[in-house]
Amino acid sequence: MKKYSVFAIAREAMRGHKGWEEQWSSPEPKKEYDVIIVGAGGHGLATAYYLATVHGITNVAVLEKGWLGGGNTGRNTTIIRSNYLYDESAGIYDHALKLWDGLSQELNYNVMYSARGVMMLAHNVHDIQVLKRHVHANRLNGIDNEWLSPEQAKEFCPPLNISRDARYPVVGAALQRRGGTARHDAVAWGYARGASARGVHIIQNCEVTGVKRAANGAVMGVDTTRGFIGAKKVGVVAAGHSSVIMNMAGVRMPLESYPLQALVSEPVKPVVPCVVMSNTVHAYISQSDKGELVIGAGTDQYVSYSQTGGLHILQHTLDAICEMFPIFTRMKMLRSWGGIVDVTPDRSPILAKTPVPGLYVNCGWGTGGFKATPGSGHVFAHTIARDDPHPINAPFTIERFRTGRLIDEAAAAAVAH
Amino acid sequence: MLLIRCPYCEEERPELEFRNAGEAHIARSANMAGESDDDFEKFFFIRSNPKGIIYERWRHMHGCARFFNAVRDTVTDKFVMTYKAGEPKPAKLPGVAK
Repeated sequence: MKKYSVFAIAREAMRGHKGWEEQWSSPEPKKEYDVIIVGAGGHGLATAYYLATVHGITNVAVLEKGWLGGGNTGRNTTIIRSNYLYDESAGIYDHALKLWDGLSQELNYNVMYSARGVMMLAHNVHDIQVLKRHVHANRLNGIDNEWLSPEQAKEFCPPLNISRDARYPVVGAALQRRGGTARHDAVAWGYARGASARGVHIIQNCEVTGVKRAANGAVMGVDTTRGFIGAKKVGVVAAGHSSVIMNMAGVRMPLESYPLQALVSEPVKPVVPCVVMSNTVHAYISQSDKGELVIGAGTDQYVSYSQTGGLHILQHTLDAICEMFPIFTRMKMLRSWGGIVDVTPDRSPILAKTPVPGLYVNCGWGTGGFKATPGSGHVFAHTIARDDPHPINAPFTIERFRTGRLIDEAAAAAVAH
Repeated sequence: MLLIRCPYCEEERPELEFRNAGEAHIARSANMAGESDDDFEKFFFIRSNPKGIIYERWRHMHGCARFFNAVRDTVTDKFVMTYKAGEPKPAKLPGVAK
């Protein structure tokens, strides 16, 4: 792997940019690997990267049915924060946030992590109570979060409407300054390049069609559209399709998959300096470095794999955006799209061993998995390499739905579900 | 937005009038306190989440307010049929292979 640097840019500029190499190779699949990761999104590629760098396991294949980073990694609204209520969640999301800081240097790839602050708005007394509870809980866990008055909120984000006449007036806000955004594609590409350079095989257009198990129940490998590929360890990181893959191994999951939509506006000059979220009116907004407003909507109410979603969901979100930012009422939206998110009953992810020996699963990130990408990959690699969870992901088992030890962020994840 | 046929109103109405109520044909135990942890988990948390034909419950919230069942393809979001609550799970589906 040739290192990217200002000198590399200068050198290539001198010779017509003919020396840039492919960022990752596309090898033919081998007959067998030590570990197979199903799904080349951010989480899967990060898992492969940390398997190679932290645990020295490089005989790894990442299988992807489409193209690398083409699922939810390329469809999310790129928001990063760790202001979750419960200790377990705080542990895993802040682990990720600490890895975001320095990830560009680690990967030698600019993931454009920008700690521009995530501000969550309160519109009523209940919101104030919930958000202040989060502020206190976060601080006890060593996570920055602070309370702002409406005036301070407007100072932090000038286009915000704090008029008392608003239909949902802003009565305060919680701000996590370390929160922000990153360039989602670059995250997938950076991890792919780092993993590939260490010998990991990234195999695109290779859909898993079955999971093979030996007589003793243990995993033997996977059937794919490019033939059988053997491995004694298989990690399923397939987002909305995780339950489909797990069903192939005979494991029924506590998951349901829903469409989640997002949209971007025409690009404009810098106007939104931070991420603004409102749970009550249900809208998220930030501005990409290209200038587009990036807006996140809610999920549809029914199980679907259609990657579309209903128009009324977008309309509801844009109503809320126009209410919060009257300045945007004349903005044109350029594109909208849907991704399929896998949601657990308690809205916390599952990163765990499964009842099948050699089969591991990293799923259930629901509507907010992007922010966790580095931390998720880091602890999931540990789980696979050691056949034992890292202390940070130990609570995120499948068995919690039998024992009742839920991590009940459903009503507490600081986003509306 | 989906168009959903309410089997009670016998009319196709927009999705906004309806609430999805999750997977259908999951029987609630008559003796919930006696359920084992495994069985309770299956009843309460485990879902089939199929990519393809799903049997699901809907409620015509802003119409007759009654619950009913539907068969839908989760890839195309097209409804195969709807039927009244309490009717058995249809063995043969119109227009669906297999």
